[in-house]
Amino acid sequence: MTAMTKIVEETNRHTISVLVDNEAGVLARVIGLFSGRGYNIESLTVAEVNRAENLSRITIVTTGTAMIVEQIKNQLRRLVPVHKVSDLTIEGPHVARELALVKVAGTGDKRVESLRIADIFRARAIDSTNESFVFEVVGATEKVDAFIKLMEPLGLVDVSRTGVVAIARGPNPL
Amino acid sequence: MAQHDTLNGAEILLKALADQGVEVIFGYPGGAVLPIYDELFKQNRLKHVLVRHEQAAVHAAEGYARSTGKVGCVLVTSGPGATNTITGLTDALCDSIPLVCFTGQVPTSLIGNDAFQEADITGITRPCTKHNYLVKDVGDLSRIVHEAFHVARSGRPGPVLVDLPKDVVQSKGEYVPPQRVKSKYKPPVKGDIKAIETAAEMIARAKRPVFYVGGGLINSGAAACQLLTQFVRMTGYPCTQTLMGLGAFPASDPLSLGMLGMHGTYEANLAMHGCDLMINIGARFDDRVTGRLNAFSPNSKKIHVDIDPSSVNKNVAVDLAVIGDAAHILEDLIKVWKAKQYRADEKALRAWWAEIDQWRAVNCLHYENSNKVIKPQYAIQRLYELTKHKNPYICTEVGQHQMWAAQHFRFEQPNHWMTSGGLGTMGYGLPAAMGVQTAHPEALVVNIAGESSIQMNIQEMATLCQHKLPVKIFILNNQYMGMVRQWQELIHGGRYSESHMEHHPDFVKLAEAYGAVGLRATKPGEVDDLIKEMIAVDRPVIADLRTDASENCFPMIMPGMAHNEMVLGPEDKGMEKPGSEEDGMVLV
Ligand SMILES: Cc1cc2nc3c(=O)[nH]c(=O)nc-3n(C[C@H](O)[C@H](O)[C@H](O)COP(=O)(O)OP(=O)(O)OC[C@H]3O[C@@H](n4cnc5c(N)ncnc54)[C@H](O)[C@@H]3O)c2cc1C
Ligand SMILES: Cc1ncc(C[n+]2csc(CCOP(=O)(O)OP(=O)(O)O)c2C)c(N)n1
Ligand SMILES: [Mg+2]
Repeated sequence: MTAMTKIVEETNRHTISVLVDNEAGVLARVIGLFSGRGYNIESLTVAEVNRAENLSRITIVTTGTAMIVEQIKNQLRRLVPVHKVSDLTIEGPHVARELALVKVAGTGDKRVESLRIADIFRARAIDSTNESFVFEVVGATEKVDAFIKLMEPLGLVDVSRTGVVAIARGPNPL
Repeated sequence: MAQHDTLNGAEILLKALADQGVEVIFGYPGGAVLPIYDELFKQNRLKHVLVRHEQAAVHAAEGYARSTGKVGCVLVTSGPGATNTITGLTDALCDSIPLVCFTGQVPTSLIGNDAFQEADITGITRPCTKHNYLVKDVGDLSRIVHEAFHVARSGRPGPVLVDLPKDVVQSKGEYVPPQRVKSKYKPPVKGDIKAIETAAEMIARAKRPVFYVGGGLINSGAAACQLLTQFVRMTGYPCTQTLMGLGAFPASDPLSLGMLGMHGTYEANLAMHGCDLMINIGARFDDRVTGRLNAFSPNSKKIHVDIDPSSVNKNVAVDLAVIGDAAHILEDLIKVWKAKQYRADEKALRAWWAEIDQWRAVNCLHYENSNKVIKPQYAIQRLYELTKHKNPYICTEVGQHQMWAAQHFRFEQPNHWMTSGGLGTMGYGLPAAMGVQTAHPEALVVNIAGESSIQMNIQEMATLCQHKLPVKIFILNNQYMGMVRQWQELIHGGRYSESHMEHHPDFVKLAEAYGAVGLRATKPGEVDDLIKEMIAVDRPVIADLRTDASENCFPMIMPGMAHNEMVLGPEDKGMEKPGSEEDGMVLV
């Protein structure tokens, strides 16, 4: 760490959207950039979003000081297959969602209680056996976190999360 | 069309290289690239320089590129041929050198099967290239080759690797000329005019300004260096250069403060420390330049002109950034300066120069000469005096000799100084000089070397002899890894752990063994004759100068110290304790 960044500066969470060519190795480039330069990745999602133009969209949630986050964005922009980098956290309002599949195993009261909480969170049971459910819960990261936490004492056995996808509010594209 | 699908991949590759203006390839053959070598054999437009190690091919391409402003070109085989290029590619990435490296690859059907001489070279080189490609279909070949050259030379230049599976260069396809290839990669060149106007105003208002200029000007081209020189002279402000920026501004100009940084001049570093406005053009606030960051030029406003936004606000927060190509921005800056009839604040400037002149009077590059033993500084000064009329190209290896060369050789023009700055690669100089001489067959090309560094790519002596490249290797032989020894003396209590090589070859005999000329000087009185003889011979030369083994390179900013805490020489008390390495410059 350099002295500049040691100056007590706040660390914040940023959601960054990156539009890239959907080509071999592009994800490795982005991930390699983060690991090689010691940046954090809290979550990363990627999928093709425009088949005609062969574009994929990567959503990265990262943390850092303002100077580090600025570096992250500039470093991303240097990558040849990267077309657009936008920091949704500071570029106006956006919506962010995550989906989790949450497996809860148990019988009796706990089983009933898990269904009741799922209802409150509008989580759907998409698989059930006599002794388990798989719930699908969608929402902001905090909501998903809270749901999982409540499931812990009720027989939580497995979780699979997509990571955050996000998009700016309003009519304009990235 | 009649031409449709009539060429094989290797022919397409050579056609694309021709259309990209490539004149010479530095390379080494092997199984995976035999079809390409077969095509090379059938033509004589493209020159191929056969190196003795693939690392050297890359450094040679770097020397070629840095001394011409063109893109260097490398061709090697798969597996070990490809992995041998890593140091060269990383070196080129650190120093922003444009080159394209073609590697052979096993046939596409075998990729991923641990085939013979298979290496995942695009995976391995992802972090040490600007970009890389694996060509999976001959139909993509010409597009990718054209794009590779475009990416290498555009924006902030750098190395690009193209991996060519053997079946791809053997299959038939269509050639697409560069005009028909549209790349989406278009970094901006023009700077924001509002920012340029603000910069001009800040520059006009400054009372203690300094220009801090770097390798970006060399990247931008001779025109950028010309414009910079013009603008600096219009202002009358002092100008210091980084190691990579030497030659961007004429060393002989009274406005030049010489190099700054760890081994920079007293006047340059104190001007950086005491300025009220720093005008950085094409330099990247490297830690060898800034010293301890929290004490770096504490009272100045800072302007940063750079083509790469990620260079800005990386180590040092600046007040104004102008993103774009240095030549374009300087052109606009001069226009604005003239249109607004700006001029320097004469009174303030006079006082500032008076202060700078006092620092200059310290004569920080002074050393005690001797009539018994050759001082390395003396050897370089004599080399400069006896060769300057030939406008030589100077390359270096890495170590003390490199720093003495930077301090005592004087560069009036860009593209005449080739050194490994960012990576500090021992073994860079000889192959780089080979590349320079290939590009400028008639010129005097000297590699100022240390006896340790030179052995890292000494095998290239054979390449020099084979291709009749009369490079002069000027070894400052101090019997030590001098730079390491210096740090051990100053920082590690004089414990010279493994920095002394007890055995060296006889460099004169070594030269002769390769078919080159060997010369030796052991006393100061022999230096001039050695240099004269060296430049008179029309063959490669190794000149072995036995220099003072205990000489240290000063001035020096010790690791973790600030510009105003530099040590001027062995007597200087400031030498006491180096600061924490975390805060400043680390590693030799
Ligand atoms: C033993 C040793 C000692 C060293 N000591 C010193 C020392 O005392 N002083 C010193 O200065 N260095 C020293 N160095 C070198 C140092 O490590 C760095 O390599 C060097 O300082 C970087 O130079 P630079 O800032 O000019 O940047 P470069 O590495 O040349 O980078 C160029 C910058 O310009 C930008 N650029 C590129 N093209 C353009 C364009 N067209 N227009 C505008 N901008 C452009 C790039 O984006 C980049 O930011 C030493 C190295 C070694 C090995
Ligand atoms: C490939 C490589 N290995 C190690 C180093 C570390 N290093 C920097 S300078 C130096 C010594 C160079 O010795 P020499 O070539 O004799 O030059 P001198 O300093 O004596 O002038 C070493 C080992 C390096 N820069 N590069
Ligand atoms: Mg030595």
